[in-house]
Amino acid sequence: MTVKVLRRLAILLVSVLVASIVVFLFMAVLPGDPAQVALGVNATPELLAKTRAEFGVDRPLLTQYLDWIGGVLRGDFGRSYVTRETIGPQLLDRLGVTLWLVGAGMLVALVIAIPAGTFAAVRHRKPSGAGVSGLSQIGVAIPAFLAGIILVQIFAVQLRWLPSGGWTPPEQDFGEFARGLVLPALSLGLVQGAVLTRYVRSAVLDTLGQDYLRTARSKGLRPGQALVRHGLRNASVPVVTVLGLQLATLLIGAVVVERVFVLPGLGSMLLDAVSARDLLTVQGIVLVLVVGVLLVNFVVDVLYTVLDPRLRGS
Amino acid sequence: MKARLHAVAVALLLVVSGCSAGSTASVSAGPDTLSVGFTAEPANFDFTRTDGAAIPQALLYNVYEGLVKLDADGHVVPLLAKSWTISPDRRTYDFQLQSNVRFSNGAPFTAEDVKFSLMRVKTNWTISIKAAMDVVDHVDVVAPDHARVVLSKPSNGWLFSLTSRLGAMFSPTGVADLANKPIGTGPYEVASRRRGDSIVLKANPAYWGRKPAYTTVVLKYIKDPTALNNALLSNGIDVISAITAPDSLPQFQGDDRFTVVQGTSNSEVTLAMNNARPPLNDVRVRQALTYAIDRKALLDTAWAGRGTLIGSMVPPTDPWYEDLSQVYPFDPAKARQLLAGMNLNLRMRIPNLPYAIAAAQVVQSQLADVGVRTTIEPLDFPAVWLKQVFTDHDYDLSIIQHVEARDITTFGKPKYYWGYDSKRVQQLLADADSGTPEQQVAAMKQVARQINADAAADWLFLFPNVIVAKAKVGGFVQNQVSESFDLTGLALR
Repeated sequence: MTVKVLRRLAILLVSVLVASIVVFLFMAVLPGDPAQVALGVNATPELLAKTRAEFGVDRPLLTQYLDWIGGVLRGDFGRSYVTRETIGPQLLDRLGVTLWLVGAGMLVALVIAIPAGTFAAVRHRKPSGAGVSGLSQIGVAIPAFLAGIILVQIFAVQLRWLPSGGWTPPEQDFGEFARGLVLPALSLGLVQGAVLTRYVRSAVLDTLGQDYLRTARSKGLRPGQALVRHGLRNASVPVVTVLGLQLATLLIGAVVVERVFVLPGLGSMLLDAVSARDLLTVQGIVLVLVVGVLLVNFVVDVLYTVLDPRLRGS
Repeated sequence: MKARLHAVAVALLLVVSGCSAGSTASVSAGPDTLSVGFTAEPANFDFTRTDGAAIPQALLYNVYEGLVKLDADGHVVPLLAKSWTISPDRRTYDFQLQSNVRFSNGAPFTAEDVKFSLMRVKTNWTISIKAAMDVVDHVDVVAPDHARVVLSKPSNGWLFSLTSRLGAMFSPTGVADLANKPIGTGPYEVASRRRGDSIVLKANPAYWGRKPAYTTVVLKYIKDPTALNNALLSNGIDVISAITAPDSLPQFQGDDRFTVVQGTSNSEVTLAMNNARPPLNDVRVRQALTYAIDRKALLDTAWAGRGTLIGSMVPPTDPWYEDLSQVYPFDPAKARQLLAGMNLNLRMRIPNLPYAIAAAQVVQSQLADVGVRTTIEPLDFPAVWLKQVFTDHDYDLSIIQHVEARDITTFGKPKYYWGYDSKRVQQLLADADSGTPEQQVAAMKQVARQINADAAADWLFLFPNVIVAKAKVGGFVQNQVSESFDLTGLALR
């Protein structure tokens, strides 16, 4: 087991290294000169050259990369071309917002999917089960940003119950924070919940057809008891796989939802940085996102072995 | 219907979040707090080293003040200078300063600070518009309330540029951390900021002038125009500083909770033509394109008819404004006649911004009517457009807003991306800068007419300045003439 985790860890580290190179190279080939964008329309060639030197973008690519990755390993993401501030603290601050959003979205998805999916599976031959299944089909088809726009129209613009956007830090006013988080979390979570419902349904359905459940029933357990004691853990393995993929999707979905709801998270920071050609900031954010996704995959891999003892041996 | 919507909404909310319904979303503070929504956020607070409109929009006149400012009609009026006199050779300016002015850090404002601030533009600023201060030869401190500025040559443009961020007054004790801690003499000081979200301004208790009506102003930064509108509709903000999507206006106009203020701006939406390169180096071709475009129809289609037709690079708030929009009337027959025998295929390389894309489509179809083929290439703005079109001049046509005040002077720079090189215009601009105000107006009118006659570009329309606010808020500067979103005149109605 330990060997397996260590091997996974090694793969994780190599992946991060490769990702950092890819991210860096992408930034390097992007058209647009950060010095020009920072200086604006009236910049003179001399000033441009001076600013390029100041940013260090006139040096060879390898030097730039080593300099950057060396800093990142020490926790220093460099200084933004645009804000002229260190990127690290800003990144941490924005990451907090995004994690709240993704966490709340995931929670909404789970709260919907586990009961709804199980219900749809247990009643798959009845109209109510088919109904839940059909609803989830519709949910899958709605993109998160559209859900967001519709929710804002109903709850913020028409009814004026909840803010249409904006962010209040939890430590400043928790009530306002929670109110502000409801609609973004719903727009992320409803869609993911619908997707997840379908996986939960099929996993539970699979499990229900297994011999060991029939054995459990024949020992005298009621259908519900049999499912909870013997079925759910088995059904959870494929669901955890999907959950890992979904967390990655949520991270990406958050980029769009943050724009719709004006949340100062990593996503809006990324969009701003891209349009301002704040390449160092973009590199930093993308690296954090990539590492986040890789970490989730790593955790999912480790979780398999916890959930399914058969996978521990090999 | 409304009741059913309520019921569905309540059910949804209770099921999913368990949140209690019935509370109202609102701006969290009292009547002396105002929340204003903007689309572009300042990268930092240091406009001496970071270019862009967002920083002076937030800080100028509100946090920083200059010796002079622009009023709503575009006139230069006193601010930190009570009055000023100009010597007969137009090189020496004597400013009498307001007394009892203090910076927000407590330091008194004197003629020493005038000298410090003006000379610092040359030594410490890096943004390129600082070149407008090159004409300052030296500054004398005659008395604590009397500063004398001596120019190396007469320049009307210099006094005007003092109304911009270039004229902002700094204290030597307040420039240590400009990017984060701006210190000025204005009615507001920066209380806090949350990057990607908002900046909070609080009234400066020691302000020397009239106290502002709102003691707290929250500047909210919302990039998406729809989200900005929703924030006003749902009580998240009180004011939209500038509407960027005109088709959203009807929802505010039909509602007595809101008031819509429309004025002019400095922002000419210009069809740039590459004067330096065939085929557009031929004046007849440029004139033909100008005849071929129905600017009234374009304004109606692309920007809901909101805006002004101008015909040259001059907004109505400049003293030398004349309506030149009818010099080239819409006349496709004449255009075809001028283009006879030519087979044109032009690259229209535009920024990927809504107004440019909307206008480019109209231009494309109107030019097609006179037999000119165009390819629209939207470029990522600012990065790619700045590099390829603005810097490398790799374009035939482009469409972009020229937002700076009095940017007609760019037609005096042959290396500018217009590629327009007219000795007469360059001479007239120089004469205008060095002459008396009357001579300046006369010469600038000539410039405007000349670039119009040469069809150096086609000025499609002047962008409107549209502010939407809650009905209770008044006192807006209707025409956007300066770099500032001036909060000082706002009042409760």
